[in-house]
Amino acid sequence: MSDSKRKTGLIFFPAFDWAISPTHPEREERLLYTQDQVFEEGLLDLDNIVEFKPGLATTQDINRVHICVPDAPSVITQSHLISAGGAITAAEKVMQKEVDNAFAIVRPPGHHAMRVVHGARGFCNINIEAIMVEYIRHKYGPKKIAIVDTDCHHGDGSQDIFWHDPNTLYISVHQDGRTIFPGSGFPDEFGGPNALGYTINMPFPTNTSDEGFLFTLDNLILPILDEFKPDLIINSAGQDNHYGDPITDMSCSAQGYAILNDRLSPDIAVLEGGYSIESALPYTNVGIILAMAGIDYSHVTEPDYNPEAIRQTPRITQQIEQQVSYIYNLWKNRESQRAELIKGGEYLRRDKGIFYDTDGISEHQEETVRICNECGGLITIRSKASTGNNIFAVVIPGQSCPTCREKGEKIFKSTAEGSYNYIYFQDRDRDIFLVK
Amino acid sequence: MIIGIDVGGTHTDAVLLDRFKIKKTAKVITNQENLIKSLMEATEAIFDGEDPGELEKVVLSTTISTNAIVQGKTDRVGMILAAGPGLSPEMLRINEDTHFTSGYVNHRGIRVAGTNRGEVSGIEDTFKKEGINHVGIVGKFSTRNPGLETEIADIIDNSFRHISFGHRMSGNLNFPRRIATTYLNAAIWDTYNAFVKNVMEYVGRTNTTAPIYILKADGGTTGISQSAGYPGGSILSGPAASIMGILSLTNDSKDAVALDIGGTTTDIAIFAGGTPLLEPLGVTIEGHKTLIRGLLTKSIGIGGDSRVRYEDGRLVIGPERDGPAAAFGGPSPTPTDAMIALGLTDIGDRGKALKAVEEIAGVKNCSIEEMAKEMFDLVCRKITSAVNEMLLEINNKPVYTVHEIFEGKKIKPEVVYIVGGPARPMAPYIDKMLGFPSCIPEHAEVANAIGAALARTTTELTLLADTEKGEMTIAEEGIQVRIPDGFTREDAISVCEDKLRERALRMGAREDDLDIEVIEDQVFNMIRGMGYSTGKNIRIKAQVKPGLIAGFRKEASNVRQ
Repeated sequence: MSDSKRKTGLIFFPAFDWAISPTHPEREERLLYTQDQVFEEGLLDLDNIVEFKPGLATTQDINRVHICVPDAPSVITQSHLISAGGAITAAEKVMQKEVDNAFAIVRPPGHHAMRVVHGARGFCNINIEAIMVEYIRHKYGPKKIAIVDTDCHHGDGSQDIFWHDPNTLYISVHQDGRTIFPGSGFPDEFGGPNALGYTINMPFPTNTSDEGFLFTLDNLILPILDEFKPDLIINSAGQDNHYGDPITDMSCSAQGYAILNDRLSPDIAVLEGGYSIESALPYTNVGIILAMAGIDYSHVTEPDYNPEAIRQTPRITQQIEQQVSYIYNLWKNRESQRAELIKGGEYLRRDKGIFYDTDGISEHQEETVRICNECGGLITIRSKASTGNNIFAVVIPGQSCPTCREKGEKIFKSTAEGSYNYIYFQDRDRDIFLVK
Repeated sequence: MIIGIDVGGTHTDAVLLDRFKIKKTAKVITNQENLIKSLMEATEAIFDGEDPGELEKVVLSTTISTNAIVQGKTDRVGMILAAGPGLSPEMLRINEDTHFTSGYVNHRGIRVAGTNRGEVSGIEDTFKKEGINHVGIVGKFSTRNPGLETEIADIIDNSFRHISFGHRMSGNLNFPRRIATTYLNAAIWDTYNAFVKNVMEYVGRTNTTAPIYILKADGGTTGISQSAGYPGGSILSGPAASIMGILSLTNDSKDAVALDIGGTTTDIAIFAGGTPLLEPLGVTIEGHKTLIRGLLTKSIGIGGDSRVRYEDGRLVIGPERDGPAAAFGGPSPTPTDAMIALGLTDIGDRGKALKAVEEIAGVKNCSIEEMAKEMFDLVCRKITSAVNEMLLEINNKPVYTVHEIFEGKKIKPEVVYIVGGPARPMAPYIDKMLGFPSCIPEHAEVANAIGAALARTTTELTLLADTEKGEMTIAEEGIQVRIPDGFTREDAISVCEDKLRERALRMGAREDDLDIEVIEDQVFNMIRGMGYSTGKNIRIKAQVKPGLIAGFRKEASNVRQ
C-alpha cells in the first residue's frame, strides 16, 4: 500500500430512523454495526480523519439531474435530501481542499435512479452521485469526471444519466446481469452516439473473488482512466460483492475492497449497496476508510476470513481475463465504432421499458438524442408510466453547443400544453428547470 | 456546613459554606511537593474555631493525578491487549510494556476467538521479570462483553499489586481511548491511593466524621474511598471546579457561555439550559485521548499576561507568558498593560504600563493610545472568535437520525459569564462582539472552591441488550446476564436507571440529588435472512448529570422569591 497519509473527510449518515419498510434490507439497522466498528476502532480520533455533518441537497440540485414526476418533493423523503446532501458535502470538502479525499457513508443509496424518476427502483429514488457530479460542475465549472461503480449490481441509473455525456466516464463492474438485478450491464452497453466508449460495463461471473476484481482494476479500469485523464475520480462504493452478502453471489473480502480503493485512489467515495450488515460492512467500511487515509489496513479482516475458502476457480480467472481484454479492445476502437453507429444520421432513438421494483411501477420511455460533434447532444424524452403520468422532457446537456440549445428551446416552446400531463425543460449550463 | 477546596497549580482556594452562604474563604500557596500540607493549611484557615460536628461534608478538587501524569511520575504498567482485527497493533501500542494476545469479541459482543493460556502466561512471566506491579487488560469491544478481559485476569495469578480492566473505565466505544484510560488509571494508581491514604489519616486525626468527596473532571463528586478504585476520574478536576462555581454563582437555566480569563490562558465552557456540556467521549491529557468523563472546555493561549509583540508587520498575542504584566514589573507588554493605558482599570504602575505599550507603538509608529486600543481589541477578538468557533463546532456536531438533522437542537447563548482578573474591563467589549449580554458573578475569585463544595455526585451507565443473544451487558458494573425473549426497551430503561441509582448511592450521592436522565435510547429490529425478525438490539445510556446539590437550588430559589 501507499505509505503517505492523506487527510480524509468522512460524512457518516446511517439514518437510524429511516427504512423503506421494517424488514427491508434498507432499514434502520443497516449501518449500526459499521458505526460501532468505526467508533470502536477510534478512527475519528486519528488526526488525518475528520468527520463532517452532511448538508441538505435542494430541489434545485435534484432538478439539475432528474426529471422527477410530477416533481422532486413527491418522489423523495427527507432522508434522500440528506444522503444526496452528504455526497455533496463530501465533494465540497474535497473541492475546497479542506481534505485530500472524502467518503460519504450515507443511505439511502442512488445508483439505480435514472434520469426520469416515477418512483423508487433498486432501493433508490434519486441518484446521489449524479446529483453530486452536476453540483460540482455547476459550482466549479466543467470537469472531466470518472465514476467507477464497484457495487455488485449494475448501476443502470448512473449509466442512463451519463449515457450521452462524453465528459463523464462511467465504469461499472458487477455480477453478471443474467444472474442478478437489474439484469443489465453487458459490454455492448457502451454509451450513446455522442459518448460512445464512455460507458464501460464489466460483468463478473458469480463467485468472483478479490483476484478478479484487482485484475480488472489493473488491466482495464486503471489503463482506461490513464487515457481519459479525469479531473476527479469517484467510487460508487457498493459493498455487496462481499462473500457474506445475502442478496448477491460474489466472493470479495474487506481486504479486497481496501486494496482496490488504495490502488484506485478516488477523490470521493460514496457508499451504495451492501447488505451483509453484521459480518461484512463493519470491516469493508473500516478497510476503505483506512485505505483512503493512507493508513495501514492490512490487519482489517473479517473474523471468519479464510482467503482459500473463497478464492475464485481458475475457470473464472480465465473468463475474466478474456472479458477484460475484449472490453479494453472495445474502448480502444470506440471512434471507429461511433462512425458506424451514426452512419450520417441526425437523431438516434432508444426505447426503454423500465420497471420500478421497489414501488411496482412500469414505465415506457422513448429517448431521442441529436447526433452532435460539438456537445453531448440535445435529448428529448417521452415517458409513460403505469401511474398514469405521461410526460415529455427536453434536456439541454452541460457545455451544450448553440445548435442543440436553440433546437431544444424551440421544441419546448412549441410543445403544446395539454398534450402531456407535464412538459419539462432542463438546462444544465443555465441551471434552468421549467415545467408546464 | 460544607468545605470546598480546590488545589490549583499556584494557589489552593478554600471556602466554608454555612447554609449555602459563604462564611469564610482562604487562599494559600500550593506546595507542589506536599499537597496534603496545602490542604491542611487551607482547611485550618477556614475551619479553626468551627464546630466539627456541624460539618456535613468536605469536597476536594486536587491536581494530584493530573500532576503525576503531566510530570511523568507514573508507574510502569504492563498492558495486555486483545485487539483482534482492525487497526495495526503498532498504532495501539501505548508503551514499551504493551503485549498483544489472542482472543476477540465482535461488535455484538460475540466472542469470535478465545484466549490462549500459554500466551498470557508468557506475558505474565515477562512482566514479573521486568518487575512490573501494575497491569492493564483491555479488549476490543470489551464493553460489549467483559468476559474475555476477566478470563485473561484469571489466567495470570494475583501477585500483581493492581489490575485495571478496560470495560470498567467507560461504556463508550473507542478501543484506543480505552487503552489510554486503562493505562493512565493503572499508572497513577499508587500515587493516588497514597494520597487517599494520607487524606484519610489527616481526617482521622481531626474530630470530624463528615464524609470526604473528590471532584471529578465531569464536575461531579465521588466519595473518596470509592474514588480510589478509579483514580483516572480525578484528573483535570480544576477546570470543572471553576465551571461548577460559575454555575452556582449564576444559578439559572439559560444557554450560556462561561469564560475564565486567566493570566496565561482563557478557558471557555458552554451551558445548555443551565447544564455544562460534557466532552462527547472523554478528556484529553498530555496527548492521551481518554474515555474519562469530563466537562467540555476549550483553552486558548490568551490571557491578561500574554506577551504582546509586533511581528512581520502585525500584532501577535501569546500564547507564551513571560511573567506578570509590565505594570507589575514584568518584562514584556501585555493586554493588562493595554487596559491600564486605556484607563479601563487602575491596577499596577501606570507609568510602567505606558512605557511597555510605547515600545510596540514605536515599532508600528503610532500613538500609545492607538496601540493600546489595537492590543485590547485584538485580545477581545481572539477570545470571541474562539467562542464562536466552539459554538459552531457544537452546533455542527454530526448526528445520525433524520429527525435530529431537521429538528436538531442548537445552543443559542443568552449570556456570557466572565470571571478572572480582566473580567471587568473586558466584559463590555466581549459582550458587544458576541452579541449577547455579559454578567460578572460575585465571589468569582473563589468560584472554583465554591464549585467543588456545591457539586453533586455524578455518574453514567451504558446498557446493551441483545434479545437475539438473550443477553444484557452493563460493562462499567461488570454485569453480563441472561434476559428473557420479551425484554423490552422499557425494561432496559428501568434496569439501567435502577443500576445507575445504586451506583450513584454507592459513590456517595444523596437521594434528592439523583437527577437521572436517559441520554441515549435506541432500539433496532434485528432482521436476518429473508425479512425474518430475530430480536432487538437495545442501547440505553443514562446519567446523573452534572449539577448543584438539591438543597442549594432550593435555597437559591427561596432567596429569589
